[in-house]
Amino acid sequence: MRSIRLGAGAGYSGDRIEPAVDLAASGDLDYLVFECLAERTIALAQGARQANPNAGYDPFLDERMRAVLPAASRNDTRIISNMGAANPLAAARRIGDIARELGLPLKVAAVTGDDVLDVVTSGNWPIEETGGYIPDLRDRILSANAYLGVAPIVEALTAGADVVVTGRVADPALFLAPLIHEFGWAMDDWDRLGQGTLVGHLMECAGQVTGGYFADPGKKDVSNLARLGFPIAEVRADGEAVITKLSGTGGAVTAATCKEQLLYEIHDPAAYFQPDLIADFSEASVEEIAPDRVRVTGGRGRQHNGSLKVSVGYSDGWVGEGEISYAGPGAVARGRLALEIVRERLAISGVALSDIRADLIGLNALYPGASHSEPPDVRIRIAGRTRSQAEAQRIGNEVETLYTNGPAGGGGASKATRRTIGVVSVLIPRERAQPRAEMLEVTP
Amino acid sequence: MKLRDVAHSRTGDKGNTSNISVIAYRAEDYPLICKLVTEERVQMQLAGLNPTRVTRYELPKLGALNFVIAGALGGGVTRSLALDAHGKALSSILLDMDLEP
Repeated sequence: MRSIRLGAGAGYSGDRIEPAVDLAASGDLDYLVFECLAERTIALAQGARQANPNAGYDPFLDERMRAVLPAASRNDTRIISNMGAANPLAAARRIGDIARELGLPLKVAAVTGDDVLDVVTSGNWPIEETGGYIPDLRDRILSANAYLGVAPIVEALTAGADVVVTGRVADPALFLAPLIHEFGWAMDDWDRLGQGTLVGHLMECAGQVTGGYFADPGKKDVSNLARLGFPIAEVRADGEAVITKLSGTGGAVTAATCKEQLLYEIHDPAAYFQPDLIADFSEASVEEIAPDRVRVTGGRGRQHNGSLKVSVGYSDGWVGEGEISYAGPGAVARGRLALEIVRERLAISGVALSDIRADLIGLNALYPGASHSEPPDVRIRIAGRTRSQAEAQRIGNEVETLYTNGPAGGGGASKATRRTIGVVSVLIPRERAQPRAEMLEVTP
Repeated sequence: MKLRDVAHSRTGDKGNTSNISVIAYRAEDYPLICKLVTEERVQMQLAGLNPTRVTRYELPKLGALNFVIAGALGGGVTRSLALDAHGKALSSILLDMDLEP
């Protein structure tokens, strides 16, 4: 039976680049997929695009494309990525420029239509998470992007694109689209689409299925993590798949690594909502058939519910934070005193905080349980939410002043501010988004 | 015995909801894990987060449970003030659960 080989070249925007270069050079791949778009990234990218019409795509696009395009072109490996972020057209033009510089002939397709800001801001859509309505957020909304399905990517591949660059699409669709294109799966062959979605879901975080984010020394040992390789899926026309990786790379593909990734960010495993279907992983199974080879079967699906999920980014003020460390006997008591002092000074100086959090790192910062042990050192952390950056800065400043105005022996103060982007979801009817693919051709 | 002795785990996040898988190392331990790692026990183990609801899904073919823990992430990764805004560390907290019948 015919099969094709998909590689995952990134699990997030800032991911390592060498494993993708290895896959492009020696993975014998038909497709190399880069998933690079986190939840709030597109809202930030939208701001960049407003400031400059040629900006708003992934900041690592140049570096990645220069690294993988020569080998991908040599080996007839097609590239699919959501690195277009808020500006897929500009990303496609940029990739075209890079191909021209490298002397490579290339057809690049930009998938657009995920930006549904006008649709969302002109309606009284209910917000999934809060029970409120979109007009509640109106002047703070920065972006609204629908999770698109496979259709525009399949269209681009059918038109002969060597590289397809998208904005927001459902992550598994980046992998499902080439399967549909290659094998001609029908868009109502729900179980096949469900199995393809399962493959995409296992692949979309790249190293997280090959032993990354897995090691727990003594319990779950993984060899050669420094050279962690990224995954390859060998998928047959009937959907059966083997997850594997390049020999000689670090990490491991085992039933256990696949199970952890199978449930990663899943709620009801029988109802994983996708733009093109509702996938069902509840009867999926994984089986080790050889070292670093795991067979994956049993993904199923059923008809979608007719709506698309839209991720709406909105401006949510600023966060300011500050940290400083204490060591030796009495470190925890001095840390607690420091936290009290900072809280009181912020109140005295009238910094308007809508929310504040105080942690003792090393004691209770990751989980707010009581600890009775006295660690050899402890780092205090105060974070607060403000309207303006100027107010946010005052939080870190009040931590920094502990050097000369706080308990004994504080060291290593640091401070930071960041803009907060809130993200909520609304559902819109499918037909309100109009996905399309535009082709750009480079002839050197 | 701790849950960590018989199971491994990974945490994911979507908005203000955390999901934590509990996966048996050995298939024969799965029934025991199903019996002892209930929604109530997980709610107790993660009480410090004040979750609004804990829902358990069973995946017998994987020897795994999936816990969906709503309202646990201080508003979610984009706006939480927590150091670990994703709640990535919660799998390790859950695996510290005592397994006493």
